Amino acid sequence: MLDKNGIAKRIAKEIRSGYYVNLGIGIPTLVANYIPDGLEVVLQSENGLLGMGPFPFEGEEDPDLINAGKQTITTLPGSSIFDSALSFGMIRSQKVDLTILGAMEVSENGDIANWKIPGKMVKGMGGAMDLVASAKNIIVAMQHVNKAGESKLLAECTLPLTGVRCIKKIVTELAVLDVLPEGGFYLLERAPGVSTEYIRSVTAGKLFIVGEVPEMELE
Amino acid sequence: MINKVVKDAIEATKDIKDGMTLMLGGFGLCGIPENTIRALVDKGVKNLTCISNNAGVDGFGIGLMLEKRQVKKMISSYVGENAEFERQLLSGELEVELIPQGTLASRCMASGYGMPAIFTPAGVGTEVADGKETRNFNGKDYLMEMAFEADFAIVKAWKGDSAGNLVYRLTARNFNPVMAMAGKITIAEVEEIVELGELDPDHIHTPGIFVHRIFQGKNYEKRIEQRTLRERI
Repeated sequence: MLDKNGIAKRIAKEIRSGYYVNLGIGIPTLVANYIPDGLEVVLQSENGLLGMGPFPFEGEEDPDLINAGKQTITTLPGSSIFDSALSFGMIRSQKVDLTILGAMEVSENGDIANWKIPGKMVKGMGGAMDLVASAKNIIVAMQHVNKAGESKLLAECTLPLTGVRCIKKIVTELAVLDVLPEGGFYLLERAPGVSTEYIRSVTAGKLFIVGEVPEMELE
Repeated sequence: MINKVVKDAIEATKDIKDGMTLMLGGFGLCGIPENTIRALVDKGVKNLTCISNNAGVDGFGIGLMLEKRQVKKMISSYVGENAEFERQLLSGELEVELIPQGTLASRCMASGYGMPAIFTPAGVGTEVADGKETRNFNGKDYLMEMAFEADFAIVKAWKGDSAGNLVYRLTARNFNPVMAMAGKITIAEVEEIVELGELDPDHIHTPGIFVHRIFQGKNYEKRIEQRTLRERI
């Protein structure tokens, strides 16, 4: 079983040189720590920055320079700044190659719910609905089950949706799964030491396990 | 050149009245019109509809207007950690319309570009689509989203000149340029008003035609929401 950093590490292996990548809040933010040296990757922050650099050193933080999580950050040589409409223009026109975000639920046809729990204070969807509606490649980073121990990989989402038929890949602490175009989760990899039986027991949606499923390679 | 300079935030907001719709620039607390918000709080104008990506925090930004119950309705994409906001929302004192961030930006843009509506895939198949026209283009569904109508747009820039030309700094740009284009009247507060000719025409972000009033703000606090740092090795 992986911890949050393990999930981030596994997702980082999906990133290719030349990608523009948008990272959501939470586990997706950690992915930046594991992008292999030498890859030419540009991080997009939807509040209006391409080429997001690391956090600043103490004393160098600038209130005018933040990411979409409102954290102080830095620019890099080659960074560019733009307004919010332009930022979502590059998202909508699919210039961003990969979007990585968290989820509360994903359904076997690729629907995602990650913004609202009825009866609880709703903070808003931010840019998530725009991102999932337009991104050509979305990876969900999440825990396989919720705090109540219930599966988050479902036949149908029970929470209000963020987007429909948009998720293609999911990485959890237990597994890497594809969402098949015709519906269903396809088990690609197991986390070290996790059995396919266990993954089946915590996956509520339709799950396809074909042949020997390899363990993830993290290094 | 036409001179757009007014003395201060009080003069700039003199005809903002109860019940009006205001756009306020900024993302989180970054690039918000601090001086104008303070003037609106002092003025006590009420029943406002505020279009702004976020709603400030307790004790700063739009949070100050919420504390004085000046806001009737917020139109935002994310309302974050704001206890007073939450209390007013749950008690029914405050109406909130949550819309996707890109839709918010594009509805401002449409207004500034003189277009009545835009089509976006954001929200298709979700509750955001309820009651909205859906159109299929090339096999994909899109929602029709209307341009905003705002009585005033209030933006914050880094530098400006008396002609109303504006330059923003870093990610404090965010919603400010699209909102500046979208107000029936646009108020710009800047950290520094520079001499005409000092801003390179090639480097101006918002041309002065969109700005009706400009003033040099003071005492910028520029509060940081999440101070994240890297260790020196």
